Amino acid sequence: MATKTKKAPAMKALPGPDDIHREVLDNGIIVLTRSNFNSPSISISGLVRVSALSESDDKLGLADFVTSSLMRGTQKRSFDQIFNELESVGASMGFDSGIHNSGFGGRSLAEDLPHLLTLISESMREPTFPEVEVEKLRTQLLTSLSIRAQDTSDMANMLFDEILYADHPYSKPGDGTPETIKAITREDLIEFHRDHFGPRGMVISIVGAIEAKKAVSEVERVFGGWQVEAQKETPVLPPYQPMKKTVKRHHSIAGKAQADLIIGTTGPKRKDADYFAATLGNAVLGQFGMMGRIGASVREKAGLAYYAYSGMSAGSVGPGSWDVSAGVNPKNLQKATDLILKELARFTKSGVTKDELADCKANFVGRLPLSLESNGGVAGALLNIERHQLGMDYLLKYPEMVNAVTRDDVLAVARKYIDVNKLAIATAGP
Amino acid sequence: MKNNVTVTTLKNGLKVLLKEIHTAPLISTWTWYRVGSRDEPTGKTGISHWAEHMQFKGTRKFPGTVLDKAISREGGTWNAFTYLDWTTYFETMPADKIDLALRLESDRMVNSTFDKKEVASERTVIISEREGSENEAMFRLSEAMQQTCFRVHPYHHEVIGDMADLHTITRDDLYNHYKTYYAPNNAVLAIAGAFDTKTMLARIKELFGKIPARPTPPRLARPEPPQRGEVRLTVEGPGETTYVQTAYRFPNAVHKDFFALSVLDSLLAGPSNLNMFGGGISNKTSRLYRALVDKEFAVGVSGGSSATIDPYLYTFSITLHPKRNAEEALAALDAEIKLVQDELVTVDEIKRAIKQARAIFAYGSENITNQGFWLGYSEMFATYDWFTSYLNKLSKITPEDVQRVAREYFQPQSRVIGTYIPKGAEA
Repeated sequence: MATKTKKAPAMKALPGPDDIHREVLDNGIIVLTRSNFNSPSISISGLVRVSALSESDDKLGLADFVTSSLMRGTQKRSFDQIFNELESVGASMGFDSGIHNSGFGGRSLAEDLPHLLTLISESMREPTFPEVEVEKLRTQLLTSLSIRAQDTSDMANMLFDEILYADHPYSKPGDGTPETIKAITREDLIEFHRDHFGPRGMVISIVGAIEAKKAVSEVERVFGGWQVEAQKETPVLPPYQPMKKTVKRHHSIAGKAQADLIIGTTGPKRKDADYFAATLGNAVLGQFGMMGRIGASVREKAGLAYYAYSGMSAGSVGPGSWDVSAGVNPKNLQKATDLILKELARFTKSGVTKDELADCKANFVGRLPLSLESNGGVAGALLNIERHQLGMDYLLKYPEMVNAVTRDDVLAVARKYIDVNKLAIATAGP
Repeated sequence: MKNNVTVTTLKNGLKVLLKEIHTAPLISTWTWYRVGSRDEPTGKTGISHWAEHMQFKGTRKFPGTVLDKAISREGGTWNAFTYLDWTTYFETMPADKIDLALRLESDRMVNSTFDKKEVASERTVIISEREGSENEAMFRLSEAMQQTCFRVHPYHHEVIGDMADLHTITRDDLYNHYKTYYAPNNAVLAIAGAFDTKTMLARIKELFGKIPARPTPPRLARPEPPQRGEVRLTVEGPGETTYVQTAYRFPNAVHKDFFALSVLDSLLAGPSNLNMFGGGISNKTSRLYRALVDKEFAVGVSGGSSATIDPYLYTFSITLHPKRNAEEALAALDAEIKLVQDELVTVDEIKRAIKQARAIFAYGSENITNQGFWLGYSEMFATYDWFTSYLNKLSKITPEDVQRVAREYFQPQSRVIGTYIPKGAEA
């Protein structure tokens, strides 16, 4: 047995206050870096305070349209030039939008980091939204929406959000609808970009074969002079009204061989004290081994589905969802629903066993080095730490926090969030 | 030892490749079997993939319910894949826990039970997996393409198998398949990560050395006769989006033209990502993106081949622009193919393809699991040298090589063109 003073060897690989470098630029941009010279590559992950909450209902998908347009042309480069410079060196970058923040990321060989940062900065600060490119992109977005309309899993998820978050912004699809995407004008894109993009609230994390100081000075070079006095605040999220009874709805898509099923409710926020109890409970419910209890019941025993699992997306501001998904033959929808409800009832009645909890704790702690082996994995973890203010020693303290959770904690959190009489049940298929 | 890799073959025929990498406290072990969907006769399609599923149902020593939890409990991740030529199982674990993976893999190489009840419940799981795929327009089109491209060679069916066979394959069929192909002399064990080679090899001998060799299993390989003219097909189904695929005959992975064709692939459709784990890069400045997507014949285009034992396919996939028809997009594609046949590509374009490949390899090397994957994967159709010499081989390709292979392989009379025709949301 290890003594208290001796660290287990696996833990040495975890990023901590000793080797995560954090610096705040004069304009407020937070830079996080960690060096890793094992591979000649670097990975970037970041976020800006650009929120889909700022969209009006008739322009849903505007934030997504804007972030998708950023690389379509800047004051210095055309769409083709931007991608030519990236692809010629095997680099990649991209932007996406979210309900509270928008993200960006990229990767390249270490030697190409300065250029990658230049392109990220230009795309974010000086996009020109060329008319021809905007129209091409609009067609591409509309095509992905018609592909989405044929995807049973996507449509079940959308319907689930509509039920669970009725009359709340979380019910709205981030990529909009064909009507709203058609309604968005180039002026809307320009205006949205002008009002919302800026250094306030921006975080960038860089991990890979580069010294921390060098990485920070490169960020300073491209973003140091960025000032946007008029950068708008993110709108306040209205309160969430919990469900009062179970609501079940079906979305019909003709000609499909399989239906998708989602059953769930809301879960805790990332910073809530019961987050760890919930995420461990969720692992027992529908993740551990071959998808936990849900997998054992729906897949292994009943043979009803290739995938059946539970997931929890902890919210940052509002409540995230806690749900069970399965893909089943349409004739087995009721059978699968019944089995899932039975597992949820058992979960809220008696929680988890001692062994189940111990297994999941061991899994959470043991898999940490694996989730952090790639530069992208570490860059994402650093961003998460900053976003949720988890503390630079978060990864080092992680085992302790996981191991502190008791069976009673799990039972309490299961009962607090899951009421089998107040669930959203969404299905999509023939 | 070559390229830091120790290669040895145990007395029972098990080939072992070990690569020490001490960048993270992790080890990834990959067990490969020389059996895949191409070894399945009519009536037994999908059996390799199904047998792979059964390998998770347990042995006497590691019953399914235990097996299921043991790896996860130790913080490991594991999975398996079945493809045309091979079936593989991997575990990536904290370095001090890898013994569990070795004990498990050596045990299930010979002792899996293939319980009758488990076979029955897995039948419906696999049928459900296939139904999930059938929901996708691209699966429906690709399946039709594959069966049209291969009339004689057993590459003609999807790995998942035909529904008819998924209903009729029996427990004994599965068990016989297992007993025929799962043998040390038909397997490769590839391990990468933070271990000491000598200690690791001793442990491997201890666990795998006792497993008896079996008769070398035969491989199904009826060569596909030359195609004598273009074939066209259509698939109809729900949706509003038209997809077009064009498949050309492609040489196997050890053919001398494979690398020139890889450069051509990079130029035309963007570099294919060779990593199982580790992502690739975009293709927005590839010739085809510029000619098809920028010019609004399509909203997306991709192309790619596979490293296989026997000649397979190079397939272009186009997601059609809603205002265009398939013929217009195909004409634009043909014009680009003609261009690489008529005009030499530049040396700079080849250099660019090499730099892209170098970056993709660097991303893949961040990840122990991917390094373990490459060790064994390359052995399934060549040897590990194939992987380590990849960039060097690309660097020897000349513009003339690219032109020659473009002329030789991209001929209209040896292609199959398939179109997915959407019948609307109410189909």
